[in-house]
Amino acid sequence: MKVSLAWLRTHLETWEPLARIVETLSAIGLEVESATDRGAELASFRIAEVLEAAPHPNAERLRACRVETGTGIVSVVCGAPNARTGMKAVFAPPGSVIPATGLVLKSSHIRGVESAGMLLSEREMRLGDDHAGIVELPADAPVGESYARWAGLDDPVIEVAVTPNRGDALSVRGIARDLAAAGLGRLKPWAAPPVPPAFASPLAWATTWPEACPFVLGRTLRGLRNGPSPRRLAERLEAIGLRPINALVDITNFFTFDLGRPLHVFDASKISGPVLTMRRGRGETFRALNGRDVTPGAEDCVIADASGVVSLAGIVGGEPTGCDDRTAAIFLECALFDPVRIADTGRRLGILSDARARFERGIDVALMPDAVEAATGMILELCGGEASEVVSAGAPPAWRRTATLRFSRLAGLGGLAVPPAEAIGILERLGFTPERHDAASVTVAVPPWRNDIAGRVSLDVAPGFLPAKAARMRDAVVAIEPEADLVEEVLRIRGLDCVPPVSLPPLLAVPAPSLASAAAPIEHARRLLAARGLIECVGFSFLAAGQAALFGGAPESLRLENPIAADLDQMRPTPLASLALAAGRNAARGFPDLALFEIGPAFLEGAPDEQRIMAAGLRSGATPRSWIEPARPCDAFDAKADAFALLAALGVPAESLRITAPGPACFHPGRSGLIGQGPTLRLGRFGEIHPRVVAALGLPRPAVAFEVFLDAVPEPRRPGRRNPPELSPFQPLSRDFAFVLDESVPAGRVLCAARGAERNLIAGVTLFDVFAGPAVGAGKKSLGIEVIFQPRERTLTDAEIEAACRKVVAAVAKATGARLRG
Amino acid sequence: MDDNLAALREQAAAAIDAASNVDALKDVYTSLFGQRGRLTHLLRAIGQRPAAERRERGAELNRIKEEIAQAITQRHTVLEAAAWDAEIAERIDVTLPPRPSPSGLIHPISRTIAEIEAIFGALGFSVAEGPEIEDDWRNFGALNIPEHHPARQDMDTFYLPGRRDGRRRVLRTHTSPGQIRTMTSRPPPYRVIVPGRTYRADHDATHSPMFHQVEGLAVDRAITLGHLKGCLIDFLRAFFDKPLLPVRFRASYFPFTEPSMEVDIGWNRQTGEIGAESDWLEILGSGMVHPRVLANCGVDPREWQGFAFGMGIERVTMLKHGITDLRPFFESDLRWLRHYGFSPLRPPILHEGLGG
Repeated sequence: MKVSLAWLRTHLETWEPLARIVETLSAIGLEVESATDRGAELASFRIAEVLEAAPHPNAERLRACRVETGTGIVSVVCGAPNARTGMKAVFAPPGSVIPATGLVLKSSHIRGVESAGMLLSEREMRLGDDHAGIVELPADAPVGESYARWAGLDDPVIEVAVTPNRGDALSVRGIARDLAAAGLGRLKPWAAPPVPPAFASPLAWATTWPEACPFVLGRTLRGLRNGPSPRRLAERLEAIGLRPINALVDITNFFTFDLGRPLHVFDASKISGPVLTMRRGRGETFRALNGRDVTPGAEDCVIADASGVVSLAGIVGGEPTGCDDRTAAIFLECALFDPVRIADTGRRLGILSDARARFERGIDVALMPDAVEAATGMILELCGGEASEVVSAGAPPAWRRTATLRFSRLAGLGGLAVPPAEAIGILERLGFTPERHDAASVTVAVPPWRNDIAGRVSLDVAPGFLPAKAARMRDAVVAIEPEADLVEEVLRIRGLDCVPPVSLPPLLAVPAPSLASAAAPIEHARRLLAARGLIECVGFSFLAAGQAALFGGAPESLRLENPIAADLDQMRPTPLASLALAAGRNAARGFPDLALFEIGPAFLEGAPDEQRIMAAGLRSGATPRSWIEPARPCDAFDAKADAFALLAALGVPAESLRITAPGPACFHPGRSGLIGQGPTLRLGRFGEIHPRVVAALGLPRPAVAFEVFLDAVPEPRRPGRRNPPELSPFQPLSRDFAFVLDESVPAGRVLCAARGAERNLIAGVTLFDVFAGPAVGAGKKSLGIEVIFQPRERTLTDAEIEAACRKVVAAVAKATGARLRG
Repeated sequence: MDDNLAALREQAAAAIDAASNVDALKDVYTSLFGQRGRLTHLLRAIGQRPAAERRERGAELNRIKEEIAQAITQRHTVLEAAAWDAEIAERIDVTLPPRPSPSGLIHPISRTIAEIEAIFGALGFSVAEGPEIEDDWRNFGALNIPEHHPARQDMDTFYLPGRRDGRRRVLRTHTSPGQIRTMTSRPPPYRVIVPGRTYRADHDATHSPMFHQVEGLAVDRAITLGHLKGCLIDFLRAFFDKPLLPVRFRASYFPFTEPSMEVDIGWNRQTGEIGAESDWLEILGSGMVHPRVLANCGVDPREWQGFAFGMGIERVTMLKHGITDLRPFFESDLRWLRHYGFSPLRPPILHEGLGG
């Protein structure tokens, strides 16, 4: 909503400077998006007359002009092709700043001719794009006068972002009223003297759909002379960006903005009379005033005459019945429409209009008769003619309601004890009328333009509430909401900055942890992975369905109905998918050696709330080159190490994990595995990315990854009192074993068997060598393990050590068929 | 002294002198004092002598033993010093780079969320979570945003096919459904924040179809708009580490709060300096929880009242760290991440200070 200062002052008696008006509007809830004072940068420019435009003696394309500026005659060199003797132009004296360039104008000599100023083009003044020549003013433009003032450009324009609840502020008067309430002046009285009817209206209203249009007024005016609006009206509209069309149309636009009261004028001669009916659309198409064909349906309210639809009610009129310069008789429409239906229709048909913006927020019901009189008066004043009686259909809906404010609630809810008299004063200035008043409270009548105050209560209670509970909640809201509305009104006008800030009282002297016990490990995981050298990413939760399919799933149920782009239509099945895309992009930029991770949602059909929380990491390319150790390509065991470190940090020891092959389909089937615990718990997976996926996404090679379902990790026992550690005084001793076994037997089984061979004695088993080759035979491999024995009570004898070693060999042989390498 | 002893003394002295390193000296020592050493042998043999000789023989042997031991010790000192001198004569090129140990980093969004959780934690808030695929009751209806409400159109909602519990499935457009989940899961009072991913169908230089918000909710019997202001001022000053940060509250409108306020902080439009007093920058939306929202969740608005707020995580991150462009947050460009990432070993801990 734009408003010019001059227009605002027709409703508000104020001499406050623009800056204060702007500041106040923003503070009271009418946020100022921009305040432009075009006049300020044009202030030094004056209307001048070119007395003579002679060819420049030394330059073919320039002219040497003698210019009468009103304060003397100066010489100006001008390059514009249209500079000619006798024209009126805009003159910039030396010292002024050219708006388009920001340059300060100086007196100079151009090729030997003095130039003490400049004649300006539209573009130089930032008034338009025309720079083919200088601005040519009408012959009667007064020389020496300020150009901005003469052209009506010295009127600052304020653009207000009106919130959806404030339909009343989509009017100059509404904005003026709020400013007056905030103490920035006095709201001028407004009245529309009734225009006595001169004849009976040949056109009448009917409404067959009172839910959509409960009430409509109309009036025929005849004997009119339409044409361009007088300059004052045209400039007023132009100042806020409206294009003047003709007097009749301009008048309706004027009231749309002046009072927030959309009106419409039909050319009476183009109406197939005698009745205009508000009814449902029937799929008929008509050409609207915006030049588009519109086809309203049964849920859209239209205005129809005997020939069919002539207007989309409350949104846009029809072109065939519109007014033009030949219009001599009109039918004036002033209607009330259901806000929700207007919003629905506007959205359905995709039409934004100034009328729709006001009707869908709610208009001033009680203003309708006065608006008809005011518009009639203005039409008669500008176009002559005479007016009929006022005709109507339907009835004004009940709008009177009251709201009660207990003064204690100003402090109790609003945190500021506004004195009762001051609170009442604010409400009165906003148009509320006190009806009952005692020491503790005041009951006010709500003005008809404030549809947002003490409105009809509609709740949308939680599914499953019993009717009694729903009713109790409704009663509570009915009892308390109007008061909250009034508290808000008083506070916003009094100034929210006046409310003293109060720190929240502490709940505990030492605050409790803010993270739930399930959320804290996620933060731990994030730090652990970063500490391992992985860089955290945050990727989009959606990607192309085809990409999601590479990572195990692109179900229809997780595909967006209205994606913003075709490649962002599927909820990702794993953060690994986002990481892979990121790796591809980084590789394409020349960074193939990566270590990335993300902790975030994986969207999965059938999961609780359809999402799980997952940590995924991806490494690609090689380790850093160095003189001290050679670079090596990353492999599946890098990914496994990340996953194991993560799980260990979350309290899941590696020994408790069960690893099986292969991993899911996005992984290399021979170089990946699943991580589980116990018979059923699935914790994650790791491995090399499948070559098909690598190729599809342009990943650097090799690329390895892990995924861990953080929400599956069992919560570790709370660390309480721990048993003292066992600190044996006896040195541990180590023995190496080399086993030969079938290549197909997993190494994990050997380690597990060795570890279990003598539980009280064996403190650790390390695999230090894996070897296959002719020396061990075809289909065989050799595993070298180191076993650490930790004596507890005394130093072991050679015989005891021998016995323990035999147990290890026997256990491994039994579990895996391995034999000691000879 | 018999000749044998004299020879032993001489031979020992020669062997000690001849030992060229500590190991050789050790061998000399063993040859004399070891289990089968010559001195050990002689000492052991004293007992076989006639009793009259034993005393003198013993004294003599002990004297020689002391003498030799001392010589070995002295020689050891010399040889050890020589060994050290040899060892420390070696030189490495200390300018060679160390073994590479690539360091990882925390994304600025995670960092900001952790800071927010730390500060609001100190203010008594706990962190709640909710799913990103929501139903339109929790995302809109419960929050007093009915079907036809203009705010519902403004939000450019992403929809998913089908229904959940009879309601349309949406990607949450804000973290406010977290408010609803809190209020429908347990009785008041509440102090929770809900950080997380949010989605709106908007994509340009200043909008991303996915972004992050943090929702806050404080409900009790006597929480006023004064507490809202105090709490948010306390937070903003701690977050931006500006004890005197100017904070301004402007009346506004949100369907789920009344009164509603936008919150501005002081900054300098030219330099981006936070805390300057030249300009105001809108930073979050807030208000007293609308009675209808409380009632929709079964919380009686005659007994309970409080405030709620919502803040864009990327926005405050950009402001705090001078990041000018929104889009790279989600592009995972290694160079950007390295530039703006945070050390995992300096998490935001209040007693260490929040400076990253």
